[in-house]
Amino acid sequence: MHEIIQYISSYLTSDKTPGAAGNMFWVLVYIMLVFAGLSVAVIAMNWLERKILAHMQVRLGPMRVGPHGLLQPIADAIKLLLKEDIVPSEADGFVFWMAPLIVVLAAFTVFVVVPFGPTHAITDMNIGILFMLGVSSLSVLGIVMAGWASNSHYPLMGALRSSAQMVSYEIAMGLAVVSAVMMTSLNASGTGTLSMIGIVQAQQAQGMWFIFKFFPLGLIAFFIFAVAMVAETNRAPFDLAEAESELTAGFHTEYSGFRWSLFFLAEYSAMIAVSSIAVTLWLGGWLRPFPNFLNGAPWDQAFCFIPGITFLFLAAMCFYNTMRMPKHPLFRVQTIGLAGFGVVLGLIGLVLFVPAVSVRVQDIFWFSTKVAGFMYVYIWFRGTFPRYRFDQLMQLGWKVLLPMGLGVLILTATVGLWPLIQQTIWHP
Amino acid sequence: MESMLHITTLHYLVLGAALFLLGVIGVLTRRNVVIVLMSIELILNAVNLNLVAFSRMWGGLHGQVFAIFVITDAAAEAAVGLGILIAFFRNKETVNIDEVNLLKW
Amino acid sequence: MLIGGILVITRKNPVHSALALIVALLAQASIYLMLYAPFVAGVQIILYAGGIMVLFLFVIMLVNVERSMKERQFNSQWVVGIIAATALGGLFIAVYTKGNNIFPNHALRMTTGEAPNTQGVAIMLYGQYMFAFEIASLLLLVAIIGAVVMAKKRI
Repeated sequence: MHEIIQYISSYLTSDKTPGAAGNMFWVLVYIMLVFAGLSVAVIAMNWLERKILAHMQVRLGPMRVGPHGLLQPIADAIKLLLKEDIVPSEADGFVFWMAPLIVVLAAFTVFVVVPFGPTHAITDMNIGILFMLGVSSLSVLGIVMAGWASNSHYPLMGALRSSAQMVSYEIAMGLAVVSAVMMTSLNASGTGTLSMIGIVQAQQAQGMWFIFKFFPLGLIAFFIFAVAMVAETNRAPFDLAEAESELTAGFHTEYSGFRWSLFFLAEYSAMIAVSSIAVTLWLGGWLRPFPNFLNGAPWDQAFCFIPGITFLFLAAMCFYNTMRMPKHPLFRVQTIGLAGFGVVLGLIGLVLFVPAVSVRVQDIFWFSTKVAGFMYVYIWFRGTFPRYRFDQLMQLGWKVLLPMGLGVLILTATVGLWPLIQQTIWHP
Repeated sequence: MESMLHITTLHYLVLGAALFLLGVIGVLTRRNVVIVLMSIELILNAVNLNLVAFSRMWGGLHGQVFAIFVITDAAAEAAVGLGILIAFFRNKETVNIDEVNLLKW
Repeated sequence: MLIGGILVITRKNPVHSALALIVALLAQASIYLMLYAPFVAGVQIILYAGGIMVLFLFVIMLVNVERSMKERQFNSQWVVGIIAATALGGLFIAVYTKGNNIFPNHALRMTTGEAPNTQGVAIMLYGQYMFAFEIASLLLLVAIIGAVVMAKKRI
């Protein structure tokens, strides 16, 4: 028993990620944790999306399955698993089977380098951001394969359109990423880094989130990346490829049951992945708001309470809604369920007040909160904007975002090197 | 046993040569133009492997930089090659190399 | 990677060949990682597997696949092709066995450390090979214009 505690504490005090320290056991534990967290996040996203869209459209959303529809995603998952697995007769068997696999693999492999904290990543590659961009471009292949293997023209058209859109917006994404990475090199030694943890540490050292740096250049780069990432994941308002009214669900028309749920899983994981990139590059990763402006122990202490307060607030909302449940015997189970859920959330909040836990959880909490904010913005976009036509979409990608990205890149480089340029021009 | 497990430069060169041979066989024996183009990509990859292996052997980074240029080159050539293929296919409706014989006597 | 290569040249269905090539390219990227070249590995995945292969798959879909799959797959000159390739292989073997002594020690030497690999490549790319860099960008511009002109319906 003593050895186990010693082993765990020796890990907790190390200052490297498990992959960098070569510690296989903790790497596997982390992979399991990230996988479980992602699955929970996707399930929560399903429920959140339907509820938030519904409330934006002045209706209630799913209310029947659990209290306030909380068990709806589980019902959806059970339905998808029990559905009949239809394979079109003319479809190419091997390619049909491989396509969702490739998309899911590409979407999940990205999380190997996502930094939840200075040592809380599965590993920290030196080429972290390059790896993430590359692997997320492998999902285009899966979509093309899915469209082709279904052997019918609706999926083929949807796949071609979707992959053309993804490839076009990858370029704008890459330019925005490069302009953010350039800002990491504005430190004392003049060298930047491509590793995700290094980028957040550069933001910490320079005392400013990159979104506010060289105002408005950081903001424009962030805006370009935000638009490109929505287009990259085929979400509204760029979801022509999978819109129900246009192409009868596009490239995943012929997929049913579990295969379709794999595409669904991959889409939400890709959303979370590109939001993590945006959070790491522009919004300061795991840093709490105002890391340098309001620094010092009392402010750290005050910010330490926020995770606990958040969960207690959620528990309070649950209890409030429990009060408002109709007092009919048919609703008794739901009321008890909601109250139980509120109790669980409250307990988590109370646990997060314990100082030992709270200090460890800070980084992960702030990172998750920012990514959750991005998820809300995704759903907000879906509920607000009308859909783009395909030629408007391509025009936006090539004629608007690409020149803007190039301009931001050049201006960021110029402004970043301004002292050097000044020196060269005026004191030759 | 210890000398067997030591991966030397020679192993990488042999792998590169094998890939190169596979690519050459593909170019010389297949009829489908797209597969010929893909075999050309295999050849370029084999060359890249050689370059990077030598760059590791001598410790400098020149090989890697040249490999990046070769990858860029391959992209350009694949794009133009496929453009020519599409233009040709529009006229002749076949992707058979044996039928690219408009200059035949 | 060798299995991927063999599958590329032997499959009847061009889409299967393209998939095998993707497997070969990803294997190549991992070999680059073994050779301490992470930047080249990243570039390979982004450009080759994520860009060029998408282009290939598009074209395969545009070009009619069914008809070509029913025809004969291998050339009429395949015997000569195999003989030529065997001769080339023999040449390679001769070169490698005769020239075994020019590799000073068979062990691989370390490069200048793992962390600044991207930096080292960047310094060289923008310093010593600046001219080649500009020429490569010009080449890409020419290729873009050429591909667009080639594939247009009316010039």
